[in-house]
Amino acid sequence: MNVPMANSKGNAQAAPQPQTPPEQWELRLYTAGHTPKSVLAFKNLKRICDEHMPGQYHIEVIDLMQNPRLAKEDQIIAIPTLVRRLPAPLRKIIGDLSDEERTLVGLQLRPRN
Amino acid sequence: MPHDAPVRCGPETAGAASDLPPAPGLPKTPTGIRGLDEITGGGLPRGRPTLVCGSAGCGKTLLAMEFLVRGATQYGEPGACITFEETEAELAQNVRSLGFDVEAMVADNRLAFDHIHVDKREIEETGEYDLEGLFLRLGLAIDSVGAKRVVLDTIESLFSGFSNMAVLRSELRRLFRWLKDKGVTAVITAERGDGTLTRQGLEEYVSDCVILLDHRVHEQLSTRRMRVVKYRGTSHGTNEYPFLIDEQGISVLPVTSLGLSHRVSSERVSTGVPRLDAMLGGGYYRGSSVLVSGTAGSGKSTMSAHLADATCRRGERCLYLAFEESRDQIVRNMRSIGLELQQWLVEGLLRIESSRPTLHGLEMHLAHVHRLVAQFKPHTVIIDPISNFTTAGVHSDAAAMMLRLMDFLKSNGITAMFVNLTSGTGALEATDIGVSSLIDTWIILRDIEAGGERNRGLYVIKSRGMKHSNQIREFLITANGIDLQDVYVGPEGVLTGSLRAAQEARERAAAAMREHEMQQRQADLDRRRAVLQAQIIALQHEAKSVEHELQAERAQYEAESRTLEEQRLAAALRRGGEPVGT
Repeated sequence: MNVPMANSKGNAQAAPQPQTPPEQWELRLYTAGHTPKSVLAFKNLKRICDEHMPGQYHIEVIDLMQNPRLAKEDQIIAIPTLVRRLPAPLRKIIGDLSDEERTLVGLQLRPRN
Repeated sequence: MPHDAPVRCGPETAGAASDLPPAPGLPKTPTGIRGLDEITGGGLPRGRPTLVCGSAGCGKTLLAMEFLVRGATQYGEPGACITFEETEAELAQNVRSLGFDVEAMVADNRLAFDHIHVDKREIEETGEYDLEGLFLRLGLAIDSVGAKRVVLDTIESLFSGFSNMAVLRSELRRLFRWLKDKGVTAVITAERGDGTLTRQGLEEYVSDCVILLDHRVHEQLSTRRMRVVKYRGTSHGTNEYPFLIDEQGISVLPVTSLGLSHRVSSERVSTGVPRLDAMLGGGYYRGSSVLVSGTAGSGKSTMSAHLADATCRRGERCLYLAFEESRDQIVRNMRSIGLELQQWLVEGLLRIESSRPTLHGLEMHLAHVHRLVAQFKPHTVIIDPISNFTTAGVHSDAAAMMLRLMDFLKSNGITAMFVNLTSGTGALEATDIGVSSLIDTWIILRDIEAGGERNRGLYVIKSRGMKHSNQIREFLITANGIDLQDVYVGPEGVLTGSLRAAQEARERAAAAMREHEMQQRQADLDRRRAVLQAQIIALQHEAKSVEHELQAERAQYEAESRTLEEQRLAAALRRGGEPVGT
């Protein structure tokens, strides 16, 4: 079984098929307006989620331009920032997520080599 | 091009920074930090970022916080602070000891804080990004209180949180541009780098004003220093200024008002020794600097105690800074020579502050004196001795500190007495600390060895602006204080001690001899006068008896004449004829 929290190198690489992780993924994408980077980040995130956790994720896009207070509350500096709120622990992934390899590492879907 | 003030040399001009006129056209924001505004000629450049750099523990954060808090409290300028290292609570706690109630100011909307926490371990970089979040948070903090002042402490922490240097640097450049556009006066702190002002080369971005803080330890004593490395578009003091952090925040100690423009008084104040007053033609000038130097045991402290006593006797306040003896020891010792200092301590006219010179660094001492003077407002300050300060710092530093201290006291019109212990080997006419040229009145106490004795001598080596005796006086410490003796100049110079006593005895004997001769002569004359008077009386008697004789003879003659007439009348009657008329 390929469990995201305890994935091994072998099956993580061979994880193109939809799996059934025990947790629900709760993700937040912080953006500041509709910048090309934000749009790209959302597109990349959607693709990765559909690939690795279909039907088990929830993406909330927060536009800090609308609500700058949340930047302080959630300790956001870089834009765009993806925050994995669930499963614990909290993880932050910054950038437009175009480096899929590192995004997966950041989401702990793949071990750091 | 940074515009630096011309480099000036020498202590006389070192303080010109405080006299610099504010550059026209460059508005400044006063920091409210004591001394810093003097160095910078009015404060930090308004609406521009200023970089404050220095190594760990040199006071960067405190300077930034004081800038913010004083802005909010003294200048009505709200402030925003973005901290990268400490949380708001930690910062508030750190500055509470300085009397800054940050939490209350946050509650009043005078200050806004945001703690930015960056931990590389939590962050995965996956492509292009920017730091818009930082801008948003800073903007929010600024807007929430209408901040005019901004502190970023320490923005270099970002460099450890992100690995994409290209992004970081371009974002920092954008940030400082953005701060300028916002029109806020910003203080950005940064860690000192190896051979560079900051570790990450922030001086590239913040080039309007750069202040460098330094914390040096020399011979176990630490000294904090501040230097304005550059200040675009304005002249500024280029020297290193010592500063200190105490319970009232930061104080930078510029060499104040060495323009030598302080007012002078021609009023004389007593030295406490009447005959010394006479030697100086009335005493010291009020507000002058007096140096008393001498070898060990020559009576320097006693001279100081006399001045203290005289000051208090006039009802004025005297501050006695003792660096060798404790208060009680001074009081006890001076009691033995008839000076009762305890009464002045009780009355609050005298204050004796005893401390070891090595207790603090020089700057702390200087600041301590500044504070005591501000609190106690003394008319006279005595520093006993100044020679010890060389143990509290580098020699040149000690001299510079004394210079500042003398200047400070002089500009406040305080009569100051500095006691200098001359080492046995050094020249008497030199001070270890090299301040003699700044002194108005210089009294030297020296030992005079003659006739197998060691006696104390006093002379006035100089006294500006007054006629003073050029004589060496013997100086006795008696149960009634200092007594200056008359001068006896013999073939070998001034006679002191027993030699003087012998000379005095000889003179007394000679005087007695003269007195005796005079008395004899007087007696002789008296006798002769008595003889003459006796003769006068005898002659007078003789004259009287001659007179009597004469009168008796005249009476006899008249009686005989009368008898003859009567006889002739009777004979004529007998002849019966008419008396013959004749």
